[in-house]
Amino acid sequence: MMFQHDVIIVGGGLAGLRAAIEASALIDTAVISRVHPLRSHTKAAQGGINAALANAEKGRDDTPEKHAFDTVKGSDFLADQDAAELMTSMAPRCIFEFDHWGCAFSRTDEGKIAQRAFGGAGYPRTCYGADRTGLYLLQTAYEQTVKRDVKEYQEYFVTSLIVDGESCRGVIALNVRTGELVPIAAKATILATGGLAWIYSISTNSMINTGNGMTIAYRAGVPLKDMEFVQFHPTGLYPNGILITEGARGEGGYLVNAKGERFMERYAPKAMELAPRDIVSRSIQKEIDEGRAFENAYVHLDLRHLGREKIMTRLPGIREICLLFGGLDPIDKPIPIRPAAHYTMGGIDCNLNCETPLKGLYAAGECACISVHGSNRLGGNSLLDCVVFGKVAGDKAAKFARSLPNRADEGLVRSSLEREQKRIEAFQKGNGTEEPATMRDEVRFILTQKVGMFRSGSDLEEALRQIRGARERFTQLRPVNVGNVFNLDLIRTFEVEAMLELAEIITASALARKESRGAHVRLDFPQRDDEHFLKHTLAHYTPTGPKLDYSDVKITRYKPEARKY
Amino acid sequence: MTKWKNGDTVSLAILRHDPGKMKEPHYEAFQVKAGKDTTVLEALFQILENQDHSLAFRYSCRSAVCGSCAMFINGKYRLACSTLISELGREVIVQPLPHMPIIKDLVVDLTTFFEKYNIVKPYVVPIKPPPEKEWIQSPKQRSKINDSTDCILCAACYSSCPSVWTGKRYLGPAALLQAYRFAADSRDGILKDRVAVLSSEDGLWRCHTIFNCTEACPKNLNPARFIENLKRTTTKETLKARIPFLR
Repeated sequence: MMFQHDVIIVGGGLAGLRAAIEASALIDTAVISRVHPLRSHTKAAQGGINAALANAEKGRDDTPEKHAFDTVKGSDFLADQDAAELMTSMAPRCIFEFDHWGCAFSRTDEGKIAQRAFGGAGYPRTCYGADRTGLYLLQTAYEQTVKRDVKEYQEYFVTSLIVDGESCRGVIALNVRTGELVPIAAKATILATGGLAWIYSISTNSMINTGNGMTIAYRAGVPLKDMEFVQFHPTGLYPNGILITEGARGEGGYLVNAKGERFMERYAPKAMELAPRDIVSRSIQKEIDEGRAFENAYVHLDLRHLGREKIMTRLPGIREICLLFGGLDPIDKPIPIRPAAHYTMGGIDCNLNCETPLKGLYAAGECACISVHGSNRLGGNSLLDCVVFGKVAGDKAAKFARSLPNRADEGLVRSSLEREQKRIEAFQKGNGTEEPATMRDEVRFILTQKVGMFRSGSDLEEALRQIRGARERFTQLRPVNVGNVFNLDLIRTFEVEAMLELAEIITASALARKESRGAHVRLDFPQRDDEHFLKHTLAHYTPTGPKLDYSDVKITRYKPEARKY
Repeated sequence: MTKWKNGDTVSLAILRHDPGKMKEPHYEAFQVKAGKDTTVLEALFQILENQDHSLAFRYSCRSAVCGSCAMFINGKYRLACSTLISELGREVIVQPLPHMPIIKDLVVDLTTFFEKYNIVKPYVVPIKPPPEKEWIQSPKQRSKINDSTDCILCAACYSSCPSVWTGKRYLGPAALLQAYRFAADSRDGILKDRVAVLSSEDGLWRCHTIFNCTEACPKNLNPARFIENLKRTTTKETLKARIPFLR
């Protein structure tokens, strides 16, 4: 069996569905997702989405230009400034679109979309729907694909691209419900597969965020860009890392150490709790490392002074999470938090049109790197990235597909399918004893210990050795389950393979970047070094490991300056 | 209840089924180690990874928002990810959502569930062309859709509803909650069309106000209340259509 469409989109989260809305207006489009689209990680986003709407009392002077500057400064000047400008200038229109489709934004007294303060932003710019903004946006995007009757392949796990040398001709996917491996051919393919932050042991992410989409592109020869930049969210619930939104601080929450101090005074005296995430996360970790944490493990996020009414109306989801997973009510008790891996600033190398270097392959959302977030993303800019560049990718891919007469060659499709079949058979005939789940835990531990918020050359070298050792052992797996229907063991094996590959890329990229910038801090190179490293890292696939080179950062009007908050 | 020590052993009886290979579902017991914070979902992963590589279940966010892991656990509808074993005791029974076709083990087929969701036109259809900026929607108008926007479509309510069990085509509580969410949105303009769908034979009136949906909802929503509200709206609209002076 073979399926064919003009445009296929891998990933049913916000970027993928937004791309589907755009492309399906022009051309035959299908969405392929490893889970039902409504189970995507977008749904876990809470705090909001940025756009200079100037709706808030204190935000009347806000403009897309100021939003662009904040984004660039937040990125520690590694963002491409033309990309940041494009995103912030498209932002208001893209948010109004969602409002017109019925998205359940909270409202100001005047009936406009409500906006709250977020980290690193000069004005209250973050549009929100209580603390369930991701749920509302994903729901609305999904509703629009239902309305447009977009074809969906639910619970199809994509294992590789079909590539004919110079262009992408579709994907090979595993139908999880039947175990059948099927080719889905297309003139244009958009990857919108999300991030990889489940690769760290302490993570805010969904368990499906293993970065497989990125490795699929990487294996096909597309470089992965700026992979050393992984964002740690300051407030992951202790101990399991579940996200407590930045909106909790936006609404006025305090961070307090075991000595009762609002310690952000020491690190960001002006912005305090609303400094950008890299700075707040490092500050919390410092408090923990220097012995001012509770049980040497966490600090408090205190919302009690906000009062019941505000917590119930603005942060009801946070209260629910605290009750369910923390056994406490934030109305009466402070929330124990610590930083947790949250977001992949890097990703599949692409340009302003979401085109990757491989013809016919596009990328959007967290899996992509244009780059708008540089070395540190501002809160509220990831959902925005998804709606803006989802739309761009859908439009560009559809127009590209329209210009292309022929589809994939049948011989090529057959050989791609056979290659993947052999890969699965090799897993299932494994003659070793290595356990995929154990290897996964190992790699998550190594990254958390040695490739976390504070890095050093010696730790990174050690991590790289260990990860390479694990990659070698991956060839010695125990036989993987042979069942057809819902074979989670097989999917786990694909995930672990990707995680090992990505861990090596992250670590090698981090080792080579001998400076500190945004989320990447080298204790042995504590300064930002614009002379040598104001550039993007590009990791290219080779059979023996990633080969690195660099590309220039696009600077339009904002000269790199010291970053103070 | 007895105090929990980390590493206590718990027995999980899981309803297993593989319709392509066996005739009837059967229970299989597993022993897992659980601390006081161990969730049912984590226990299922322990089994999958250490004891039986063929176990099947759905998961994603593990933070009670994606809606993947609704199951029937110790006789109640729950999300496996937000259910602590220590709150259930040392004997845990895990079943897939009852009254739903089983794909494998704890994974059920939601095709019909989502087909019914699609029938209610689950999207805002604006009555006029949209303004330049956002629609003006007052906080009071917004409050009309409060809570109904928070459904995660996990299908627990649908699986719990006796009217669904006995009426194959009945839309069910989740789809009706969605119908309410759009009918009550000030930006929507097709109430008449919605009423026509809802008053059909398989619509609203098959709800017999049993409240199982409300009891089952792991997000503490109240689908029954929204359905009641829709019944009032539908009645009003129908009367208005038939009795001229009410218009």
